[in-house]
Amino acid sequence: MTKRKFGLGLSLMLAAGTMLAACGSDDDTSTNDNGNGNGGDADTEETSDFSVAMVTDVGGVDDKSFNQSAWEGIQQFGKDNGLTEKEGYDYLQSQSDSDYNTNLNNLIRRDFDVVFGIGFLMEGAIDEIASQNPDAQLAIIDAVVDQPNVASVLFKEQEGAFLAGVAAALMTETGKVGFVGGMEIPVIERFEAGFLEGVAAADPSVQVDVQYTGAFDKAELGKTTANLMYQNGADIIFHAAGATGNGVFTEAKERKEADPDANVWVIGVDADQYDEGQTGDMNVTLTSVLKGVSTAVIEISEQAQNGEFPGGETLVYGLAEDGVGLADSRGAIPDDVMAQVEDFKKQISDGDIEVPETVE
Amino acid sequence: MSNRVTNILVPIVSVILGLIVGAIIMLVSGFSPIDGYIALWNGIFGDAYTIGETIRQITPYILAGLAVAFAFRSGLFNIGVEGQLIVGWFAAAYVGLVFEDLPKIIHLPLSLIAAMLAGALWGFVPGLLKAKFRVHEVIVTIMMNYIALHVTNALIKTVSDGGDRTERIFSSASLRSEFLANLTDFSRLHYGILIALIMVGVMWFLLEKTTLGYELKAVGFNQNASEYAGMNVNKNIILAMVISGMFAGLAGAMEALGTFEYISSKGGFTGIGFDGIAVALLGMNTPLGVIFGATLFGSLKYGALNMPNAAGIPLEIVEIVIAVIIFFVASGYIIRLLLQRMASKKGAK
Repeated sequence: MTKRKFGLGLSLMLAAGTMLAACGSDDDTSTNDNGNGNGGDADTEETSDFSVAMVTDVGGVDDKSFNQSAWEGIQQFGKDNGLTEKEGYDYLQSQSDSDYNTNLNNLIRRDFDVVFGIGFLMEGAIDEIASQNPDAQLAIIDAVVDQPNVASVLFKEQEGAFLAGVAAALMTETGKVGFVGGMEIPVIERFEAGFLEGVAAADPSVQVDVQYTGAFDKAELGKTTANLMYQNGADIIFHAAGATGNGVFTEAKERKEADPDANVWVIGVDADQYDEGQTGDMNVTLTSVLKGVSTAVIEISEQAQNGEFPGGETLVYGLAEDGVGLADSRGAIPDDVMAQVEDFKKQISDGDIEVPETVE
Repeated sequence: MSNRVTNILVPIVSVILGLIVGAIIMLVSGFSPIDGYIALWNGIFGDAYTIGETIRQITPYILAGLAVAFAFRSGLFNIGVEGQLIVGWFAAAYVGLVFEDLPKIIHLPLSLIAAMLAGALWGFVPGLLKAKFRVHEVIVTIMMNYIALHVTNALIKTVSDGGDRTERIFSSASLRSEFLANLTDFSRLHYGILIALIMVGVMWFLLEKTTLGYELKAVGFNQNASEYAGMNVNKNIILAMVISGMFAGLAGAMEALGTFEYISSKGGFTGIGFDGIAVALLGMNTPLGVIFGATLFGSLKYGALNMPNAAGIPLEIVEIVIAVIIFFVASGYIIRLLLQRMASKKGAK
């Protein structure tokens, strides 16, 4: 009796399994109406339905930082070319480091023409996948992968941060400014180096308080760090700490709410973070150091579409290429300061000033 | 209804209930549950690649589950598996990349032993503090997690000359093999699963067949009684934490020598150690149970990645659905009670 019931249970499971599996193959053929089946990934490249996709790191596409920026670039590209979401362009979010390989593979299997890996964390995964899929076209932001089918994109963060440093040094009233970093990694250190250099170039007497929080996703840590800095006399804080930086904004806004006359400012990072600094009718965002991830994503997609995918190349975006820069301060930075910032900007673009990548 | 039937029915009913509630959630949020579950199914068993990757995902879960379960059996709550895993990961990766030209038969075991020792050390500290000063192991292990995270980040920086990721380990220390990669269409499946399964046997043998295991379990049941019976409670507490740490360190070695073959600096915890707690509890802290817990956890976690990919369901919804399924499996006791009540009603007729 018991055995029979057990057998029944097993066969039920089996039946359910086959049904599910059968549905699976049905579904595959019905959704795959843009091409002729799953075969040959190289053949579809020549057709007009070009497609791009990206894999985020653990941040997700709403991180108000470079994942979001990259996704906006891809959406823009998709819209300009009349692509539909999911088929023409798509993204997959990673929950942990071990998900990168799978997500990249999933997108390659869906025959996307270019697959972007966003963030230096994906370096190892891209390297591995690229050598396993020599026909796939991959791109990585913020890291260099030396493979013939990978386009690497780097930004001269230090040049954007330099301008932020100039603005901060000229705007500070206390003679002290702060820098809040996420993890101590090369990308963030470039921000730090540029910022320090910019401050020193504009006013060597201004002190910079540098703190690393060790994380990109701990807003409460950002808030505590900012609190300490403001208490120690800093009045402008530049953050390069992703979501941790949201805590810096929170702290600044609280201070501004408590005392509307307080001179507290935050300099945002990656995207224009003006909205982050809004509190009532006041705003604590001085400006933001922009990183043109979306520009880079669109450019590479367009090149690939024209059959000129820059595989094996390392593309560097700096001030001269409009890859980095400062966001509109919306009046927060007075014109005379802005003029000096522009002056430095020209010198960097022309190559008269070389901004170092690392802190000496 | 006999006991055996209930034992088989309970997990099946709970999984089905979990799937139904998960389906309702997807339906309410405007997604097709059928597409969703097909995607999940294909994400776990779809082809050779996904099966390989699913097993790859299960491997560290088994070891992390064993680590938690082993401490539990000795009456200790090891929340520090996460930290022990991270130091084990680093130790294995480090040994894997500094020794060149070692034959595989020496290099690979050496890396594994390094990971075990690192994990053991991270378990030894809370064990010692608990045994000598009665400091609660939960507090110490949580703090040791943070120490592990930041110390390894600093070490990675030193080892990689200021970079954020170490070089790849030499192939002589790798658990991966061309054979497995070809078999599973370039998945990252590695021989670690065999190590994990051997460790399941080791834990069973330790607990059930040795004096040490008997003492550890006795201490877990009642410290005073064990002491009265002439056992050295302090020694057993330290030993339990050390062995637990070894399992956790091995879990880290799976990532170092199999999945990644390097270690990169981390902004946060991997989560495997914490999931290990759930795995151990799902498996009722038995070695065999841990395999089932890890299989469930690992396959759902890995298969879930395919739901946004193939069915377009947002990751947030997917996470809720997966959590609901695990929730129902974990609350098997309620279902058991329900089944028994139904059975007794039938009996009364």
